[in-house]
Amino acid sequence: MKFSEILRYLFFGILFGFVLVKSEVISWFRIQEMFLFDSFHMYGIIGSAVLVGLISIQLIKKFNIKDSNGDPIVISPKDPSTVRRYIIGGTIFGLGWSMVGACPAPLFILLGSGLSIFIIPIAFAAFGTWVYGATMHKLPH
Amino acid sequence: MIELLTQPWPWYVAGPLIGLIIPLLLIFGNKTFGFSSNFRHFCAACIPTNLTFFKYNWKKEGGWNLIFLVGTIIGGFIGGFLLMNPEPIVLSQGTVQTLSTEMGITDFTGFVPSEIFNWETLATPTGIIVLALGGFLIGFGTRYAGGCTSGHAISGLANLQLASLIAVIGFFIGGLLMTYIILPALL
Repeated sequence: MKFSEILRYLFFGILFGFVLVKSEVISWFRIQEMFLFDSFHMYGIIGSAVLVGLISIQLIKKFNIKDSNGDPIVISPKDPSTVRRYIIGGTIFGLGWSMVGACPAPLFILLGSGLSIFIIPIAFAAFGTWVYGATMHKLPH
Repeated sequence: MIELLTQPWPWYVAGPLIGLIIPLLLIFGNKTFGFSSNFRHFCAACIPTNLTFFKYNWKKEGGWNLIFLVGTIIGGFIGGFLLMNPEPIVLSQGTVQTLSTEMGITDFTGFVPSEIFNWETLATPTGIIVLALGGFLIGFGTRYAGGCTSGHAISGLANLQLASLIAVIGFFIGGLLMTYIILPALL
């Protein structure tokens, strides 16, 4: 990978991490507040993020916008042939999301903010992914 | 200026900025935004096994995302440490009430309840369950569902993927069960 590419992804990551801190998305309290339906905050964030993403993708498709190398932009679709894996896997993730109060990216952002204890859920999330890889052929998809 | 960077941002500023990550990654890199694949790249890089799920060129497929991940840690350091908001998060009264009566939370300063998220608690059953089992469920569930909040709730929904809508419904089934039933019994 070129050095400029490394800097680019690093910058996007920093931007993303910074915004997730300032919007308090990384807060366990905010996640509970969302699931308790006590505040519009998280719904506003997810909703407006989806809206901006949706408009951007439609514009990219409509005007056939190319990437910075001049190549056509490819958006990998999710496999639509099944429902079970999304409901079961999604529910399992939802349990962890509310319990730890963080989804994958915030685990690392919280670690960066100085909360070293988050290395534990990060390690166990990697282990959980490994167990999925080891058992996926026996799981309903 | 500094105050602008330490104080919390409203949803209508933060949400669109998060959404902009999608076209930025598409245009400058041709990458579809999603974060949880990084756990798979970790396993492919660090846990050598014969599992086919982890046999792929992780540097080529996931290198950019792992760099993005390093960026999020730095972003967390800048936003949550260097430019930390010194004030506690302004939560709704209802949430404060519910969390204190149902879950026994007393410390509402910082991003997470200090009673649960510290190294001493790790030695207790509650600590093991929340930190270890909770982390496990995140890593197992996201891969099973093929994405997390960023891959499904943000980029999947933005690309009108039915699969992502189903996954997000799953996220809420699990999250509501945890917040309304399991956490009050556990904490």
